[in-house]
Amino acid sequence: MSTSTATPVRRKGLGLGLLAWLAGIVFFLPIAWMALTSFHSESDAATNPPSFAAPLTLDGYRDFFGTGGGASPWPSLINSTVASLTSTLLVLVLALPAAYALSIRPVKKWTDVLFFFLSTKMLPVVAGLLPIYLFAKNTGMLDNIWLLVILYTSMNLPIAVWMMQSFLAEVPVAVIEAARVDGAKLPTILARVVAPIALPGIAATALICFIFSWNELLFARVLTGVVAETAPVFLTGFITSQGLFLAKVCAASLVISLPVLAAGFAAQDKLVQGLSLGAVK
Amino acid sequence: MTATTAAPRAATPVPTRQNQPSARLRAWATRAPLLPALIFMIAVTQLPFVATLVISFFDWNALYPKARKFTGFGNYQQVLSDADLRHSVWTTILLTAAVVLASLVLGLGLALLLDRKFRGRGVVRTLLIAPFLVVPVAAALLWKHVLYNPEYGLLNGLLHYVGGPQPDWISNTPLLAVEASLIWQWTPFMMLILLAGLQSRDSQQMEAARVDGASDWQIFRHLTLPHLRRYLELGGLLGSIYIVQNFDAVFTITSGGLGTANLPYTVYQSFYQAHENGLASAAGVLVVIGSIVIATFALRVVSSLFREEVGRA
Repeated sequence: MSTSTATPVRRKGLGLGLLAWLAGIVFFLPIAWMALTSFHSESDAATNPPSFAAPLTLDGYRDFFGTGGGASPWPSLINSTVASLTSTLLVLVLALPAAYALSIRPVKKWTDVLFFFLSTKMLPVVAGLLPIYLFAKNTGMLDNIWLLVILYTSMNLPIAVWMMQSFLAEVPVAVIEAARVDGAKLPTILARVVAPIALPGIAATALICFIFSWNELLFARVLTGVVAETAPVFLTGFITSQGLFLAKVCAASLVISLPVLAAGFAAQDKLVQGLSLGAVK
Repeated sequence: MTATTAAPRAATPVPTRQNQPSARLRAWATRAPLLPALIFMIAVTQLPFVATLVISFFDWNALYPKARKFTGFGNYQQVLSDADLRHSVWTTILLTAAVVLASLVLGLGLALLLDRKFRGRGVVRTLLIAPFLVVPVAAALLWKHVLYNPEYGLLNGLLHYVGGPQPDWISNTPLLAVEASLIWQWTPFMMLILLAGLQSRDSQQMEAARVDGASDWQIFRHLTLPHLRRYLELGGLLGSIYIVQNFDAVFTITSGGLGTANLPYTVYQSFYQAHENGLASAAGVLVVIGSIVIATFALRVVSSLFREEVGRA
């Protein structure tokens, strides 16, 4: 902005830069503290004042992974992985053709259809929770991971259709027409023309769907029990944990957040676009 | 139609009419890829809501299924006259408004800071996004046990060094405790949206204003803020949609106790623990009505942004 920086301007810039750093550290501090605590022994974790220089240990992680007594987290981690990955795949299978129909060769009233998808996202989860619970109970689908897969698909499908519609709309129609004139068939056009342009967006969409499914608690809490328990439901086991298990709580929270942290950092920019349903570029 | 009418049409492109089979077939061919997603969404989201609506008119406790009977608006009357439930409506409004407003203001400040160039901007951005990427239950557990705990929590630990008081945060200010954790999670989201808004400003216009001698504040007040208005609206409305539905933080930090039960938690509790299906459904329908109010505004904002996008293309 200020190319010919006078000294007071530069000093102000430096001050604001430091302020930004301070804000970043304040916001990150709880996570850094959680990470540090997860490497402390339980007795070092629960001291007042906090011990910053306590010796590091992997006991918290050992406890979490089940060697310290208590339930093993592995079934819940596997359930979460299966539910999130399968529903993401299902979302892509359903959303890609729909987004194609809404962007490249739009159907009539396509904006209305697009807004119908968006409006379902605004229907609160609790609005349909009870009938879904009763349905699951009567059909023996309670505590079944595939029911979650269906629900997570419906939860993410509107976002995916919106995002992918905006990514596919970036493919120039003229290029598609040119390929068609050259005699290319639909599969060829999709693979050679559409996919290269839209693929990064599709990958980002998939990441966001994965994150939302991984994070979900309410459906999983109400509809699963012993067999289909997901990682967030496993974490609720720590809600009343008092004192003794602080390192274990931190290790558990961190391990279960890790896939989301990794996916989120990988797709920072697309994340905004996806979460604002493609409205912000 | 017949082959004789179809042949010349192939030669000269005449606008197709709806009543011709080939045209109708083609219309269905364009529509077909849309149908699986559409049917799936209607089946999984709209049907259960209709069922909720129907159940909300019945007096139905799951423990006494034989006593189920039609009660008209009885459940709604009960929901609206029950002091606890009314309180949860109020809590929902308070929680949503406080979290959305505070995270918008903080997010705006952070976005303005990050819009400037400084050493390590990418690192700071990554640090700031992190809270939004912690699994919500894990974030709530972090605040409940690791930060708020009166004996060994980080907050009181830091207060210890400056010789401050050692309050029991969750018991003393339960709603504020839930709000603080949500503000921490949602500020990064607002920051990201507003940062995208800041970076789409017209830099020439800004430069011109600066040359004309406008101060930083004048530029912010008369150029930046009007430009950001739609981004602020978008962030506020999307945030509202998610926070109105918040369950994880309330469930984890206070378990709905100490006057922090919001409507989603109340709905969960009234059917999952109290087995009051009719009452839970009526409360659920009320949440929907509240959401529709927000959503009407949200859709208008998104559609205005969307129209601009389509117009530009």
